[in-house]
Amino acid sequence: MKPAADKRLGNYALLLALLVTVVASFRFLGIDLGALIGGDSLSQMGRYAGNFFSPDFSVPHLRAIGHGALETLAMSAIGTLLAALFGLLLALPAAGRFGWLALSGSRFLLNALRAIPELVWAALVVLAAGLGPNAGTLALALHTTGVLGRLFAEALENTPDEPAEAIRLSGGGHVAAFCYGTLPAIWPQLIAYSLYRWENNIRMASVLGFVGAGGLGQMLYVSLSLFQQAQAATVILAMLILVLGVDAFSGWARQRWVSA
Amino acid sequence: MLNPPLRDPAALPRLALTLLAVLLLWPGLTLSELNLAVLFEQQNAANMGGFLAEFWPPAHDREFLRLLARATLETLAIATAGMALALLIAIPGALLASRALSLSAVHRGGRPAWWAQALRWPVRGLLIVLRSVPEIVWALLFVRAVGLGPTAGVLAIAITYSGMLGKVYAEIFESVDPRPSRALLIAGSPRLAAFAYGVLPNAAAEMLSYTVYRWECAIRASVVMGFVGAGGLGQQIDLSLRMFAGGEVASMLLTFLLLVLLADQLSRLLRARLL
Amino acid sequence: MSVSLSGVGLTHANGKVALNEIDLRVKLGERVAIIGPSGAGKTSLLRLLASNLQPSSGQIQLLGQQPWQLSAGKRQQLRARIGLIHQTPPLPPRQRVVTAVLAGKLGQWSLGKSLLNLLHPLDMPGAQAALARLDLADKLFERCDQLSGGQLQRVGIARVLYQAPELILADEPVSAMDPVLAGHTLSVLNEEVSRRGMTLLASLHAVELALAHFPRIIGVREGRIVFDLPPAAISVNALDALYANEQLQAVPASAVPAPVSVQIPRC
Repeated sequence: MKPAADKRLGNYALLLALLVTVVASFRFLGIDLGALIGGDSLSQMGRYAGNFFSPDFSVPHLRAIGHGALETLAMSAIGTLLAALFGLLLALPAAGRFGWLALSGSRFLLNALRAIPELVWAALVVLAAGLGPNAGTLALALHTTGVLGRLFAEALENTPDEPAEAIRLSGGGHVAAFCYGTLPAIWPQLIAYSLYRWENNIRMASVLGFVGAGGLGQMLYVSLSLFQQAQAATVILAMLILVLGVDAFSGWARQRWVSA
Repeated sequence: MLNPPLRDPAALPRLALTLLAVLLLWPGLTLSELNLAVLFEQQNAANMGGFLAEFWPPAHDREFLRLLARATLETLAIATAGMALALLIAIPGALLASRALSLSAVHRGGRPAWWAQALRWPVRGLLIVLRSVPEIVWALLFVRAVGLGPTAGVLAIAITYSGMLGKVYAEIFESVDPRPSRALLIAGSPRLAAFAYGVLPNAAAEMLSYTVYRWECAIRASVVMGFVGAGGLGQQIDLSLRMFAGGEVASMLLTFLLLVLLADQLSRLLRARLL
Repeated sequence: MSVSLSGVGLTHANGKVALNEIDLRVKLGERVAIIGPSGAGKTSLLRLLASNLQPSSGQIQLLGQQPWQLSAGKRQQLRARIGLIHQTPPLPPRQRVVTAVLAGKLGQWSLGKSLLNLLHPLDMPGAQAALARLDLADKLFERCDQLSGGQLQRVGIARVLYQAPELILADEPVSAMDPVLAGHTLSVLNEEVSRRGMTLLASLHAVELALAHFPRIIGVREGRIVFDLPPAAISVNALDALYANEQLQAVPASAVPAPVSVQIPRC
C-alpha cells in the first residue's frame, strides 16, 4: 500500500513540476497569448494568411517550381544514397570488425557527423563549396552518414555470424563471406533504415535552401522575402506533395521489399 | 536426364530494377550537381581548415557564456511552450479524428457509419497537412507574421507537433480495448465522460511516453528553427557562422550536444517512470 | 592418408575438457560414422577436423597438411578442399536456395566471380544437379526461410556436394528428417562419396543408420574413442556401454529462422 501511495504522490509532484515548467517557459519567453489572440494582431495574421489562399498557378512559376521540386528530390535521394554507402563502409569498423582502434575511431566519427544538424552542415558546406544543390546534397550526406552508420553498425552486431563463418570454413574470402553470409540477413534492415531516413531527408532537403543550398527552400525563402505570398503558397503546396509522395513511396517500398 | 533450359525467375525483375535505377540516378546526379571534389579543392579546404582551426579553443568569456546560457534556456522554453500549445490543439483534434468514441459505431459492431467517417476526414486531412509541412517552414512563415524571436518558434512547434501528436493520439485511442468506453456510451454517458473513464486510463501511459519523446524531438527542432530567426540557440549559431566566429560556433555546438544528451536522458528517465 | 590425428586434446576456454588423447587415421576414400551419447565430443571432433577449432595439444593433419602451421591464405585454400555439413545449416533466411548452394564453391571462385554470382546465379545447372540428387530440384528458386528443417539440411548437403571437396565432414546431417527420408538421404550421400572417391566422416545420433550405411564405426564417449570397429564386430554390450546413463534428450529442434524484425527510430 505504502509504495503505491508514494508513487502516486511522486506523480502528482511530477505533474506540478511540469505545469510550473510550462508556465515558467511562457513567462521567460514573454509570450502573451492574450495579446496574440486578442486585439487586431489576429486579424493582421488573418490577412497575412489570407494571401496564401490564392496560390500562383501561372505556367512559368509552375515550371520553376517543377525544376525546384526535382532538384529537391534529387538532393534528398542522392544524399541518402551516398550516406547509405558511406554509412555501410563506416559501420563495418564501427561494429568491431577491424579491431578496437578502428572501432573507437569510426564510432567517434559517426557520432560527430550525427551530432551536427543538417542545417549547420549545410551552412558549413555552403561556406566551403559555394551555393547550390551540391552543398545541400553533401550536407544531407554528411549528417545522414552518421545516423545510418550507427544504425547499420547495430544491425551488423545483431546479425548471427554463423552463415559467414560457414563460408569462411569452406574456404571463402572475407568479402565473399560478408556478401553471402551477412548481407542477405541485414539488407532488409539496411533498406528500411535508408527509406526511413529518406523520408526525413526530403523534408530537410526542402528547407536547406534557406541557407543557400538549393532546391525548393531557396525559392520559398526568396518569395517570402519579397512578400510574394501567392508564389510562396505554391512552393509550400509543392513541398507538401513531395513529402506526401515520398512517404507513400517509402511505405510501399517497405511493404514490398522489407516485410515480405 | 531431360533438362529444359533453366531460367532464373528473378532475372528479369532484377534487370528492370537496375535499368530503372540507372535511368533515375543519372538525372538525379546532374540535378543535384553532385561534386565531392569541392570538399578537397585546395582553396576550399584551406578556407574550411582555417575556419575549423578557430574552433579550438571554444569561446568562453563571461559575456558570451551569459548569452549562451540565455539562448539555451530560450531553446528549452520554446520546446516546452510549443509542446504545451501543441497539446491544446492535438487532444481535441485526436478526439475528433479518432473512431474510438463513435456513437454510430456502438450499435454497428465497431464500424462507424459512412457519414460519420466522412466527417472525420477533414480533421485527419488537417492533421496531415499540419505535420507534413516541415516545422522550419512554419517557423519562417511565422517569423514573417509575428516578427523575429521565440514567438515564431513556439507557434511553429505548436502547429507541427499538434499534427504529429494528434495523429498518434488518435491511433492510441483506437488501439486500446474499446469495450469499456462502448459500455459507457450504451449506458448513455456523454462522449467526453466515456473518454475520460473508458479510454484515458488505458491510453494515458502510452500518450505520456510519446509526448515526452516528442518533447525531446522538439528541442532539436527548436535549435534548427533558430536558423530562420525563431530565437534560441539556432539563431546564435547562425549569427556566429555568418561572422566566421569559429570559437563561438564550437562552444554552441558543444552546448547543443550536451542539451540533446540531457534531454535524451531525462526523457528516458521520465518514460521509465511513467510506464 | 586423408585425416590423421595423434594425441589430440581439446580444452574449451572454460576449462572443460572436450577431447582427450584422440588418435585417429582415416584413409582416402573411407567412410566413417561417429556415434556416441550427446555431449561425448562428436561435434567438437568434427569442428576440429574442419579446422574451425584449434587443438590444445597433439598433431592434426588434414589432406596431408597441418592446417595450423599454414599461413591464413594457405589455410583457406586447404579449407576449400574440405566440406562441412552443419546440423542446422547456417543459411541466411532470405537467401535463395540456388545462391545458398552455389556459395559452396566460394573458396574456389575468384572474388569477381563471387560478386557477379550474387547478381545473377552463374551455374544454375550445377546447383540444380546437386539439388536433384536430394529430390529438391523444384526448390531451386525458393527462399531458404520457406523450407522445413529437413529440407534445409538437404540444401546444406547439396551445397557441400556442389563444393565437391575431397573430405566431407557431416555433423548430424539427417537429424531433422523422418527415419525413411534420413535413410534415403544417407544412402545418396554415401553413393556420391564413393562414386567421386571422397572421404566421409559423419556423426550420427541414430545408431541403426550408422550401422546400416557405414563400413567403419567409431564410438566416442567423454572425449575419448571407445571403439573403432566394422559394424559386424560391434556387440550389443559395446553399444550399451557406450550409451550407458545417457540422459533422454529431445530430438534437436529443426532450424526455424527467426523472423526479420525491423524497428525504426522515429525522431
